[in-house]
Amino acid sequence: MPAAGALHGAPAIELRGISKAFGPVQANKDIDLVVPRGTIHGIIGENGAGKSTLMSILYGFYRPDAGEILIGGKPIAIADSQAAIRAGIGMVFQHFKLVQNFTVLENVILGAEDGGLLRPSLSRARGALKRLASEYGLQVDPDALVEELSVGHQQRVEILKALYRQADILILDEPTGVLTPAEADHLFRILRGLRDEGKTIILITHKLREIMEITDNVSVMRRGEMVASVKTAETGPAQLAELMVGRKVLLRVEKPPARPGAPVLEVRGLRMVDADGVERLRGIDLEIRAGEILGIAGVAGNGQTQLLEVLGGFPEAGAKLQGEIRLNGKPLPLGGAGADGRARRQAGVGHVPEDRQAEGLIMDFTAWENVAFGYHHAPEFQNGMLMDNAAIRADAMGKIQHFDIRPPNPDLAARNFSGGNQQKIVVAREVERNPDLLLIGQPTRGVDIGAIEFIHKRIVALRDAGKAVLLVSVELDEIMALSDRIAVMFDGRIMGERLADEATTGDLGCLMAGVDPALTPPEAAIPPAAAPGTDAGGGAG
Amino acid sequence: MDFATVIQILDSAVRLMTPLLLACLAGLYSERAGVFDIGLEGKMLMAAFTSASVAYATGNAWLGLLAGIGGAVAMAGLHGLASISFRGNQLISGVAINFLASGLTVLLGQKIFGLGGRTPSLSGAARFGEITLPFADTLRPVPVIGPIYAELISGHTILVYVAFAMVPLTWWVLYRTRFGLRLRAVGENPASVDTAGVSVTRLRYGAVMICGVLCGIAGAYLATGISAGFVKEMTAGRGFIALAALIFAKWRPWSALFATFLFGLMEAVANRFPNLDLGIITVPSMFMNALPYILTVIILAGFVGRAIPPRAGGEPYVKER
Repeated sequence: MPAAGALHGAPAIELRGISKAFGPVQANKDIDLVVPRGTIHGIIGENGAGKSTLMSILYGFYRPDAGEILIGGKPIAIADSQAAIRAGIGMVFQHFKLVQNFTVLENVILGAEDGGLLRPSLSRARGALKRLASEYGLQVDPDALVEELSVGHQQRVEILKALYRQADILILDEPTGVLTPAEADHLFRILRGLRDEGKTIILITHKLREIMEITDNVSVMRRGEMVASVKTAETGPAQLAELMVGRKVLLRVEKPPARPGAPVLEVRGLRMVDADGVERLRGIDLEIRAGEILGIAGVAGNGQTQLLEVLGGFPEAGAKLQGEIRLNGKPLPLGGAGADGRARRQAGVGHVPEDRQAEGLIMDFTAWENVAFGYHHAPEFQNGMLMDNAAIRADAMGKIQHFDIRPPNPDLAARNFSGGNQQKIVVAREVERNPDLLLIGQPTRGVDIGAIEFIHKRIVALRDAGKAVLLVSVELDEIMALSDRIAVMFDGRIMGERLADEATTGDLGCLMAGVDPALTPPEAAIPPAAAPGTDAGGGAG
Repeated sequence: MDFATVIQILDSAVRLMTPLLLACLAGLYSERAGVFDIGLEGKMLMAAFTSASVAYATGNAWLGLLAGIGGAVAMAGLHGLASISFRGNQLISGVAINFLASGLTVLLGQKIFGLGGRTPSLSGAARFGEITLPFADTLRPVPVIGPIYAELISGHTILVYVAFAMVPLTWWVLYRTRFGLRLRAVGENPASVDTAGVSVTRLRYGAVMICGVLCGIAGAYLATGISAGFVKEMTAGRGFIALAALIFAKWRPWSALFATFLFGLMEAVANRFPNLDLGIITVPSMFMNALPYILTVIILAGFVGRAIPPRAGGEPYVKER
């Protein structure tokens, strides 16, 4: 056991004066951190605050320029991942490091085999997994192929990998980003169980609610520095948010009451069958009026993506469409030349796609080119046969300043901006064109709080200018804060619609789980807590 | 077609498939570890040349084999350096190795032996002789089993038996050993190996070196087993056929045996019946000789099921947070 010989009562981890610079960028500056044994310690901070760098140092990916690491009270040098594993540190990365076509057992023993032959390792691991499963509720079929497991189960395999290597300290990087709410709850139960067994857990996240729900202590990072370490019970979300960004943040979006006008978007009986013959949209009816934000809530994979793509003019290849879409009273074609993204933009539909890196930007192109994409046919950007690059640059520069995109360098490639600033580039491009209808998917996924606030204000401003907004987000908080009306999608249908002022999380949660509370007696409306080993919402994808 | 002819064709198929099988397994190790290798051809050619040269100089086929392995491993090292250490494009490195081998063997051959790129003919101990297995002659009169044992199974060079033994051995290494588990993992998701604290670079070099050794045996067999000396471009695309067989076999050892047998059989049939008379029409010899290559095109075009290559294949590994 790596913990053997550790000084009794010494903290599990102690960092003293850790610094790390990448060229001119000081990623970590004189970091001190004490994590007591048997606690769950949250580390929060905006994107680029240095959380991941710090954890990479702890896991041996980087060597610190200065500072000291003490595990169990003893100073050690962590030269590589092997050394970190020997010191009893296990890491669950945001993007899992699993071999997809290996079984769970094979993944668990990889790198921690007992000898040259696999058979003894496999049978020992089988016994160990059985024990861990009953101890911590970490049930996974040891012979299942990883690629056939749900994301929640894959994460369990990562945790099992660490525990099999005798990890005493478990670091989890943004563990709930990919989980359904039920899976996240189960994960938290597992983490509490591990803590109660004496394991030390570090949870990196930017979700304040998770910090409040599960951690014992919390440390806040800002621009490479550790700005505070407090007991979770003695703080609150507002204070933490303030520490993260260094100024007051509006957690609620301040917006005047909506003054809906004429219908801008009308969708009637929209159906979509994808190339595999799966019906993704099963008769969608929607209406959005001018000066109104309609939020679409739902667990990811219930047709929201397909709805955005169909409305935005790029349904996946081979999809069959049916139904009616009207913009300002005029029908929009569902197929053919008039139904592509360019035609939709010309018709007045702006689109911020869900995945900015795959669909919103070309990562290797510069910021000014990205600000023009989709609108580069506009007459003001033409110079005879050629594009008027000077005009496009000037236009982009204006938008960069207007949206406070940092660094304000239009010649930088999109991939060199932080997540929040990348998103601002996409939102600036679409919003500044003043579309009649803005389609916006996951506007603040992986975006820091400062940028979230800014983007939310812009969406509200567009609404107040008399435009219609269709907002799709898996963050229920965001939907409830921004929307005037909320529609819940489940299995390709609109399960129900609520006015934002009257909606409650419980009510929306039921709709998201496919239960209409209006049709069910109240006590039956709440789905029973998922039994260990089962995942609610797993079949919807 | 009588039984004796069938046996003869099968016997010939076994000989002809041997270099394909060795090269195919060589590619299997490399590609399973995530390093694509279209330089099998070049490595075999180089090995054929070095083995023939050394076998001629020393009069010893075993020293020739060693030299063949050395030649191919040197080329494999080059491929490893380019594609693992320097994270270059694996296809371009493979093409370069093919050109390098093609030019270098002829150039050196002409410089050393002055025979227009050939090596002098090998004879006696400079070649691998055929081994007669025990009881081959005793069993010969036994119907069916006798000819199969005496003609088909007995009477090959040691390298043929090595090649066939490599199939179960490769399967065992791949699926029953720690090295095999890590090798397969590094070809699917090198990050999983890296975060487990195992060196991706060392694993991949190991796989590429094994690939070199097997290509070396294949080349040595061509020059000192099946023929008697090196001839310019004597691999004649076998490296590419082995690659096609590898895809056909979906990167699995036992399937590789079957796939390479199919190619060997086609070549054997073409050799036995240059003008295949089907009664109505006579298939010209050119077509028969082209058969293996036609099958290669069909396989590579994806007509024979969907083959999923190792997921990290072709991608140099760059450590990221």
